Amino acid sequence: MASKSRSLPLTKRGLNFEMMMWLFTRLSALAMYGLILVAIAGALIMGARTQMNMADVLRWGFMPNPNHVQSTDIPALEPWATPFWAVTASLLLIVAVAHGVHGLVVIADDYIVSANGRKIVRLLSIIMMISMTLIGLYILWRDILFPAG
Amino acid sequence: MSLKRNVSLATGLRYKGQGPMLTFVLHRIGGLGMAIFVTVHILASFLGGELGVFLNTVYENWLFQIFVFFCALFHAINGLRITILDLFPKLLEHSREAIWIEWAVFVPVFGIAVLVIVQSALGG
Repeated sequence: MASKSRSLPLTKRGLNFEMMMWLFTRLSALAMYGLILVAIAGALIMGARTQMNMADVLRWGFMPNPNHVQSTDIPALEPWATPFWAVTASLLLIVAVAHGVHGLVVIADDYIVSANGRKIVRLLSIIMMISMTLIGLYILWRDILFPAG
Repeated sequence: MSLKRNVSLATGLRYKGQGPMLTFVLHRIGGLGMAIFVTVHILASFLGGELGVFLNTVYENWLFQIFVFFCALFHAINGLRITILDLFPKLLEHSREAIWIEWAVFVPVFGIAVLVIVQSALGG
């Protein structure tokens, strides 16, 4: 190992947008792990009495929204349709959409050669991120905010 | 400002990236697969109706379930490896070993899941 320090001081490292998104991708991955583990723990607790199977626990883990386990053996979905799970699901949705759309931009940047093309992709990705987040939030909250609507 | 790589697809396919390159490619396929699936899935449950029902029958197909579970599980495990190695750069010296650990976790979990999916597809 060379005696010279391999790391630059923070001020010289270029703390720019790409660096922040690089960090966001890693941290959002950890956040998704945390949120999915919370959801799986919740499903294990709430589904224990009804012999919930592992596939349904995982379905709840990937998106803790009652619609996601509607067609399973769970007898009553009321205890699952609480604001707590809607908030957890919303956080998971927001983090996952941002992580995923940024991933699409990274992939597009690898194959799109022209600078203008990249600008268009960035614009489209921002539109997609906002619209998918809003549509997802509407789906997650509509049964709580507009019951039987 | 445009990039000029001048690398053909054939040259790209002959690139000997080995294990790390394979995880890179699979991570990309998994991410793309999930992004497309989740987008269509959200839109389907938003629109509902016949289209939503049709898309649900596609999702319930066991081949599709195996594909999506591969995408999600590989992307999650590989992503955790990338996150750990990037946030603790000293561990990068052991990146090859980390990839072996990753496969050691992925293969049994995915294998059991495929077994269960195929079993229920064949009627329990």
